[in-house]
Amino acid sequence: MKNGVGVAQNIVLFGGTSEIGLAILRRIVKPGVAHVVLVSRDIDTAHNMTQDFVDRFPDLEIHHVRFDAADSSAMAHVVKEVAESIGDIDIAVVAQGLLNEGADYYADPSALISMADVNFTGTMVLLYALAAQMRSQGYGKTVLLSSVAGERVRKGNPAYGATKAGIDGFALALDHELEGTGASVLVVRPGFVTTKMTAGMKKAPFSTDAESVAAITEKAIASNKKVVWAPAPLQYMFLILKNLPLIVWRKLPI
Amino acid sequence: MSSQQLSGWGRTAWTVADVVHTTDVADMRDAVSHAGPRGIISRGLGRSYGAAAQNAGGTVLEMTAEHDPMGIDAILDPVTGLLDVASSVSLDSILRMCVPRGWFVPVTPGTRFVTVGGAIASDIHGKNHHIDGSFGQHVRSLTLLLSSGEVVELSPQNNPAWFWATVGGMGLTGVVLRATVALLSIETSRVRVETERLQNFDAVCEAMGSDGADDDYRYSVCWVDLLATGSSMGRGVLTRGDHAKTSEVKNEDPLAYDPRLNVSAPGWVPNGLLNKWSIKAFNEAWYRKAPAKRHVGIESIPAFFHPLDGVNKWNRLYGKQGFIQYQFIVPLDRTDVLRAVIETFSSAGVASFLAVLKRMGPQNLAPMSFPTEGWTLTLDMAAGIKGLAELLAKVDAMVLDAGGRHYLAKDSHVAPTAVRRGYPRLDEWKQTRDEMDPLRMWRSDLSRRLGLIDQRRSL
Repeated sequence: MKNGVGVAQNIVLFGGTSEIGLAILRRIVKPGVAHVVLVSRDIDTAHNMTQDFVDRFPDLEIHHVRFDAADSSAMAHVVKEVAESIGDIDIAVVAQGLLNEGADYYADPSALISMADVNFTGTMVLLYALAAQMRSQGYGKTVLLSSVAGERVRKGNPAYGATKAGIDGFALALDHELEGTGASVLVVRPGFVTTKMTAGMKKAPFSTDAESVAAITEKAIASNKKVVWAPAPLQYMFLILKNLPLIVWRKLPI
Repeated sequence: MSSQQLSGWGRTAWTVADVVHTTDVADMRDAVSHAGPRGIISRGLGRSYGAAAQNAGGTVLEMTAEHDPMGIDAILDPVTGLLDVASSVSLDSILRMCVPRGWFVPVTPGTRFVTVGGAIASDIHGKNHHIDGSFGQHVRSLTLLLSSGEVVELSPQNNPAWFWATVGGMGLTGVVLRATVALLSIETSRVRVETERLQNFDAVCEAMGSDGADDDYRYSVCWVDLLATGSSMGRGVLTRGDHAKTSEVKNEDPLAYDPRLNVSAPGWVPNGLLNKWSIKAFNEAWYRKAPAKRHVGIESIPAFFHPLDGVNKWNRLYGKQGFIQYQFIVPLDRTDVLRAVIETFSSAGVASFLAVLKRMGPQNLAPMSFPTEGWTLTLDMAAGIKGLAELLAKVDAMVLDAGGRHYLAKDSHVAPTAVRRGYPRLDEWKQTRDEMDPLRMWRSDLSRRLGLIDQRRSL
């Protein structure tokens, strides 16, 4: 149960080793949080990455669930299992995702399938499962880490952009559908974030870090916002980019 | 039945429930028998500050009788002053009906817009706790709808365990349907009030705390300026009094009673209106307004007991973010903790529009009743203050370490451990409660957050 000063009692992170996901957790875990659940493929790494929580909040119970998000059909089952063990899910942060930077999809089309399974199909199943759970609770917030890459899909990594475009649109409409039920979805659209996922890649304009994305997300959770951009000026940059005629867009060095 | 978003008076932690508006027992039975796995709770006028009268994903029985065309469902015995009243009736209605006839409610909180059911469930207290105790002590009997659909009559003589589990039981034992309440006889509708200004916290403690200092007054409470620092830290305005005698009042009709709402707070108040600076200015003016020397005056019931009721919907003054009210009690000899708490809040720059200190009398028989011998401090603050969760956790620990506790009708943030530590008879209450509601149907957001009821049983 959330309390009057905005602290959630039970928080679940899907993509338990995500740097942005953990940075958000570091901000929203406060005195009063009882359970944190990390769902990830690699629970040993997730365990190591959350050692500081144990020191900061001795009363906090941290649970690890091993799960591969590519197994999209089983996603709903995970939500049920988590709710059965900890009770209501107050906040779910969905940070699972693959980037597959540099993958040669021409030579290896299966990489496309795993990306679509994790970023789109699995996440969609997950968001519906969370919506069902939170609807029955009469409250609850799902935070989806989307990306500006979905705003206008560009060459370079069209598959990644397309999965983000899909899940972003889905999440916004799902939130609309949930109106009046107490459950809601917040879509977070970061720009280029310097993390292990993007290590070695060329930085884009308005690049940011996990900590800044987390700060913006924390504020948005407390408000009733539906979408936030990180950093905020990206909203205006993409308003322009999105509306450029194709002929101009294709000439841009991005 | 309609799906509705609800919060407490503090306007934080909104959740959605199916709301059934009724005062009819057949409807209630029906709602209880159809309640889903997330249970059901009753709600009156929604004046508890936190999540006591809401039930996320479950059912809420909204029981208010403010505009009942049949009039107020209450019968007053003019000889004994016993009032047989429906739980959905507000203290406001009771006062309008009974003050002109020479009777006053035995206990009133700072607002008269609470129902009798809520008054019992929260076991409310007022400025007279040190003399008269809390509301439950004036309830001679009550009828309760159990989750089985059965209606039982409870009193301190007839099934005292169930009666006292219901008093202060936060609505988690059943739905109070009616109660017989012993009213207080009054000669006039006026209050004789002594007001004095106290220049710092020591003076406040001395004036209220020294042996018997409060006992000559039925009503006693002190407003405290939490933003004053240095040698004025904890300065206050102490008001004490009793109902005035006929000889003290010049009115033509000594029992005339006219509680009018003055103004409404608008719905568009920005979040920052009540901030450190505006409250500091208000506090200064309020302190200066009080007479420097002890002053005796005659005040009306609304002015003395319910000053905030003059502003309709005053809870909007904190804007959309809402506010929390923090009320705790510590033993009489722990004024050091009170001082430390006040210092912690004022050094963090937390501004409280209302900060009230009161010395409470002994605890009654109800295991979950809040008042116990000691000092209670009440303050409110904007819910959106940065770092509030951490600050409150620190203060919670100070209160609990001193053997104190928090008032559940006000609470909107404490952790389950705060109830386990603050209410040593919690397990006894839980056991009685389980006898009364074996299927564990009664549930609220408060009970969920604090773990007051164990997981649903499937029989």
